[in-house]
Amino acid sequence: METVLKALTLVADPYTLGVMLLAAMFGLFVGAIPGLTATMATALLIPFTFFMDPVPAIAAIVATVATAIFAGDIPGALLRIPGTPASAAYCDEAYAMTKKGLAERALGIALVTSVIGGLTGSIVLSLSAPALAEFAIQFSSFEYFWLACLGLSCAVIISTGSTIKGFVSLLIGLFIATIGIDGTAGHPRFTFGNIELMGGVSFIPAMIGMFAISEVLRYVASNRTVIEVPQQAVGSVFSGLGAILSRYKFNIVRGSSIGAVVGILPGAGADIAAWICYAISKKRSKEPEKFGTGHPEGLVDAGSANNASLAGAWVPAIVFGIPGDSITAIVIGVLYMKGMNPGPMVFIQSPELIYAVFIAFFLANLALLPLGFAAIRLSRQILRMPRRILMPLILMFCMVGAFAINNTVFGITVMLVLGVIAYLMEENGFPVAPAILGIVLGGMVEDNFMASMIKADGSMLGFFSRPIAATLGVITIMLWLTPILVAAWKQYRRMRRPTAET
Amino acid sequence: MLNRRILSKAAMLAMAGFMTAIAAMPAAAEYPERPITLIVPWGAGGGTDATGRMIAGLLKDELGQPVNVVNRTGGSGVVGHSAIANAAPDGYTIGVVTVEIGMMHWAGLTELTGKDYTPIALYNYDAAGLQVRADSEWKTAKDVVDAIKANPGKFKASGTGQGGIWHLALAGMLNTAGADPAAAPWVPSKGAAPGLQELVAGGVDIVTCSVVEASALISAGKVKSLAVMDDVQLGAFPDVPTLKEASGLDWKMAAWRGIAGPKGMPDEATAKLSAALEKVWKSSEFQEFMKGRGFGLVWKPGAEFATWMEESDASLGTVMKAVGLAK
Repeated sequence: METVLKALTLVADPYTLGVMLLAAMFGLFVGAIPGLTATMATALLIPFTFFMDPVPAIAAIVATVATAIFAGDIPGALLRIPGTPASAAYCDEAYAMTKKGLAERALGIALVTSVIGGLTGSIVLSLSAPALAEFAIQFSSFEYFWLACLGLSCAVIISTGSTIKGFVSLLIGLFIATIGIDGTAGHPRFTFGNIELMGGVSFIPAMIGMFAISEVLRYVASNRTVIEVPQQAVGSVFSGLGAILSRYKFNIVRGSSIGAVVGILPGAGADIAAWICYAISKKRSKEPEKFGTGHPEGLVDAGSANNASLAGAWVPAIVFGIPGDSITAIVIGVLYMKGMNPGPMVFIQSPELIYAVFIAFFLANLALLPLGFAAIRLSRQILRMPRRILMPLILMFCMVGAFAINNTVFGITVMLVLGVIAYLMEENGFPVAPAILGIVLGGMVEDNFMASMIKADGSMLGFFSRPIAATLGVITIMLWLTPILVAAWKQYRRMRRPTAET
Repeated sequence: MLNRRILSKAAMLAMAGFMTAIAAMPAAAEYPERPITLIVPWGAGGGTDATGRMIAGLLKDELGQPVNVVNRTGGSGVVGHSAIANAAPDGYTIGVVTVEIGMMHWAGLTELTGKDYTPIALYNYDAAGLQVRADSEWKTAKDVVDAIKANPGKFKASGTGQGGIWHLALAGMLNTAGADPAAAPWVPSKGAAPGLQELVAGGVDIVTCSVVEASALISAGKVKSLAVMDDVQLGAFPDVPTLKEASGLDWKMAAWRGIAGPKGMPDEATAKLSAALEKVWKSSEFQEFMKGRGFGLVWKPGAEFATWMEESDASLGTVMKAVGLAK
């Protein structure tokens, strides 16, 4: 209780609240602009967090992300262009409502379900993280090795597009993670005598490059089409909303809880949560034929799911240092920078900071209601922001952020190189998310593998000698074998069919 | 008349101008006339960073110029230590030099040694401790050493990376006890906190980080400290005996931190920094901060610090060669 009070005073500080308000407005702006994602908003925040104490720095990220994911629904509903990938699942549905003249209702549903989803996610986070941390203090390198493997495997399996390309992307990330002095023998690898490279590829510049620079490059390479904003009046946002919400209250609960769980899974973020919940909604609906014609049901499910997943993603990030999505991958970097090294230890050493993060989540989601309402009203102005002004600004913030993390120009080099790599990867259908997870988790997999081998005197059986490790290990190996077994089964069936016909 | 008066006035003005110029010149050229950068070779949030930031904040008040802390991390400290040594020796870039400066070159990671710096002052010294799980059967340091000697390879230890300062603390202790330095295999960790987590989780049996680093878990009742590897006990931990008292082994090992600049700094800057740093070190704010966090306090300016680094370097080299960590 005392910890919670301490945490409350940390968050109730006027400076922290002011930072959160500004961050929320920034999030609304970035989220509403198509192509600029919540992850990118987080990356752009980094230079500002340098000057803040841990709590305002983390609270700023929380507020930005919560509002950005909702704001992504605005251009989705008005223009049929999702503001962030998290809105892509139900973008057509929301636009169909707009065409029916129900734009304000679509946005109203999106706003209220986002708030409820966000609050549900916050509850899941604040209840499960401390409980999990209590449990995780018993984890040793064997368990961490399997957890990291599980995280990497999920990233490949869940990632959009082909599994092979996801795997290649993961390997690129793992290779980048091997650069620098290795943790076990203390020997420099792939540094070519460069002192800067001895420190490894610092992952904040890497991520700014992969998310923001690649987007700038894509803009430069694109046809630069001007977005036409419909001159349709946005009427009352909240009228008739109560009836819809009470009709689909079960969908809200289902969307929020599934969203939070998907968020906890490493590598799966708000976008995947929204896709899954939209699909479940359609499958379980009494009137699936109405989906795609401007029907609110799927909107309710998916709209709450993407916001719920945000908080869920923080669970593995804080407790294990394993990011639940690409946003928390950046957050882990900021946590290290602020001395809040993720892991169960931070729950013992500075619990008030962790509780302050939870409180920030609740506050940010509550603040989303009035701020989101204002954003809906201002949506047309936001959408008119010209790209040729926006993109150079983004480039500037990227440079500042990449430089400031280590105060070295080398960070900018890392950012630019990885930005080009990410651009080339995405242009050729390779998802970037597995590469990011590879960079973040590569060291963890290797260090824990080596530490475990030393502890077990070189015996592989050590990885199954502890009950939790054995369970995690079996799950991971089954996950690896499933696609192979499925492929083998299909092959077997194909082999049989011709013989059966002859 | 008029002309002469104007002339004399002009002359006086010129004189006055000249005088002010003379008066102003040393003032303008006096060190420091612009902000100073303090490089910290370890990550934000760690002990080196915390003490470095505290010093930077207090130095600013003494010098009247901002002192900006820059974390240059990675490469087992090589990156940051190189950045300090390679900076322009104008007194505007200084840094925190840590015990690793006497280890990295033995491990073959760099050519740098303490001789590549202008020593300003040593300000902190933290002795290694011998930590085990709170529910461990071992009651004294002697139990631990005897158990390791009786079962070589069975008990695992951690606390930092391979060849790090706390690894040396363990290896040196075992060497002194006449055991194989590798009798308790070292499990590398990314610092004291993950090492202690491994200890609590049962992954390792011994952690030889400083007692200060273990203090949160000691007070949480999950870890106990059996000895401190120093000549004297720690004020903050009166229950913890010295290693010599607890096991009869005459072995000590400590991490230390000092402020230094690149080699060849102007004497004026060095003298000024040294004087300002002494005031900072003696200030009640700094003393309270260090004691509050449990950091050991020591003061060795200039030449004394240089001698300290040389001695530290030599003794670390001896141990690293003895335990097979030197290249």
